[in-house]
Amino acid sequence: MILILEQLLNGLQYGVMLFLLAAGLTLIFGIMGVINLAHGSLYMIGAFAGTWVATTTGSFWLGIPGGLIAAALVGFLVEATVIRKLYARDHLDQVLATFALILIFNQLIILIFGRQPIFTPLPEVFYGSVEIIPGLFYPPYRLLIIAVGLLVAVGLYVLINRTRVGMLVRAGSTNRDMVRALGVDVRLLYTVVFGLGALLAGLAGYMTGPILAVQVGMGEDILLATFVVVVIGGVGSIKGAFVAGIGLGVVDTMLRAFLPTILRGFMAPSDADAIGASVSSMGIFLLMAIVLLIRPKGLFAAGG
Amino acid sequence: MRKLILPILLIAIFALMPLIADMVGKNALMTLSARILMYAMAAASLNLILGYGGMVSFGHAAYFGVGAYVVGILYSHWMSEVPIFGLFPGSNQLFVTLPIAMVMSGLAALVIGALSLRTGGVQFIMITLAFAQMIFFLFVSLTAYGGEDGIIIRRANEVPGLNMRDKTTVYYVILVVAVLYFAWMWRVVHSSFGQVLKGIRQNERRMEAMGIATYRYKLYAFVLAGMGAGLAGALMANFLRFTSPDMMHWTKSGEMIIMVILGGLGTFFGPILGAAAFLILEFYLASWTEHWQLGLGLILLVVVLFTKGGIIGAIARLKGGRE
Repeated sequence: MILILEQLLNGLQYGVMLFLLAAGLTLIFGIMGVINLAHGSLYMIGAFAGTWVATTTGSFWLGIPGGLIAAALVGFLVEATVIRKLYARDHLDQVLATFALILIFNQLIILIFGRQPIFTPLPEVFYGSVEIIPGLFYPPYRLLIIAVGLLVAVGLYVLINRTRVGMLVRAGSTNRDMVRALGVDVRLLYTVVFGLGALLAGLAGYMTGPILAVQVGMGEDILLATFVVVVIGGVGSIKGAFVAGIGLGVVDTMLRAFLPTILRGFMAPSDADAIGASVSSMGIFLLMAIVLLIRPKGLFAAGG
Repeated sequence: MRKLILPILLIAIFALMPLIADMVGKNALMTLSARILMYAMAAASLNLILGYGGMVSFGHAAYFGVGAYVVGILYSHWMSEVPIFGLFPGSNQLFVTLPIAMVMSGLAALVIGALSLRTGGVQFIMITLAFAQMIFFLFVSLTAYGGEDGIIIRRANEVPGLNMRDKTTVYYVILVVAVLYFAWMWRVVHSSFGQVLKGIRQNERRMEAMGIATYRYKLYAFVLAGMGAGLAGALMANFLRFTSPDMMHWTKSGEMIIMVILGGLGTFFGPILGAAAFLILEFYLASWTEHWQLGLGLILLVVVLFTKGGIIGAIARLKGGRE
């Protein structure tokens, strides 16, 4: 029971991470109509820049603005030079151009930091584990991630539903052309949304640093899962990104944690581990295929 | 007659490649040339759905990998003399393995296409990617066939009367298959089926209004494309004498799309030129710097943002300028 609860928390932690990435991606998707494969690169840049600041200054907390600012700056740069030219293009061009960006950013990171993974130092406050309920010990840093993720979710909810910018964003994901026709500076809106997405990606990247290794290719690993979240949740829907993100995070973590053990019941341990690991990797994609076949536009598609 | 100049020129270049490689003493040139042939076939099959049919499939490497694995699995069962599922014997005969590779990858494309084609737009891109990832992880999980490491094929498949231990012989076998494949592809895109496909890309609703069952046509094209990629993959397994899940990684699907775009979307010779341009670029950039992907990314970005119609389009504009 304790084990299941612990894995549930792990799933929640992975889920809010996916949500941070998917929220930005789904807005970029929904409002600008751009498929941005390079979103994972912004995540990677946030992780590298934040970790670099943290190790040079010796302060984990200074890494947060470091990672955020770097990701947002690169985001603005990418938007102004590349993405802006892609708004009117078809999906194929967008996929290719942003795929090119992945190649470029990966190599630039290798040139600057090398191929070896680097590690984000964790403040001593987060060492050890805390007892949440009797018998359940859990690392406080993961709790922090969950808290930050949920806070961002609340913040986004307020931003989207209670502010003027949020109103434009909602309008934009429902009917882009109408918003433009009403005289809104869509260009500025696009830049703001893209910057916000980059910021969230950078935050997710830096926060993951102490848990996973910060290395080249980390962006692609999580990118596909993020796309699955966006598509299942429905393009352009923050609510969908939240539900699908948490849901997929939990499902994926549970499969990874328990499938090999279940399989060991009726096959050799080494086979069970290998098969369990890859079948769990298939899990989220299978889920997406099923959801799309039942609801081709995803669970909470905006714009209908 | 003029139409025949380019094909004859291409065949002549590819046929002379082993001799040229031998003359300049660079065997790598023949390997490069063979890779171009096989990737050109894979890219051409993708072009059928992507360029002519307008379906952005982001999982084409999966069928390529399935084709390669059919050769690998049949070979490993032929070696161990253990029948597959206790029913079918393995094989090391090219005339057996190639058709089976095409049937299996065609079946995979049939299932995936039948489901994916119910969606469209972004969802279609993502669902084809998702299915390809599932196949990728499926093969990673097959520990009996090497899992992540894949299968080593100690000898290329046999063809009666030929010495397939000789790399040059294998090269010419690939060339013959490729020429036959492209001749068949020429007939397909110029048939009424090809016309319907182009019509669907331009305006699916109009084609439907004309009484054409567009879903069925798209599915046929999807299966044909899968079979073509499977054939190319089966040849690749023979040429490399190796097959692994890496062949169907999603970045490989991305590379195939790049080849099609680079050459010229929806043009007959585009995929050949695109595959050649991509692989030659990779070959020389990689020998020059380990960060060759940086150069590739920049070139790709420029091509996508500032050019139209790839290499074929550029040639057409040059010709137009002269006239």
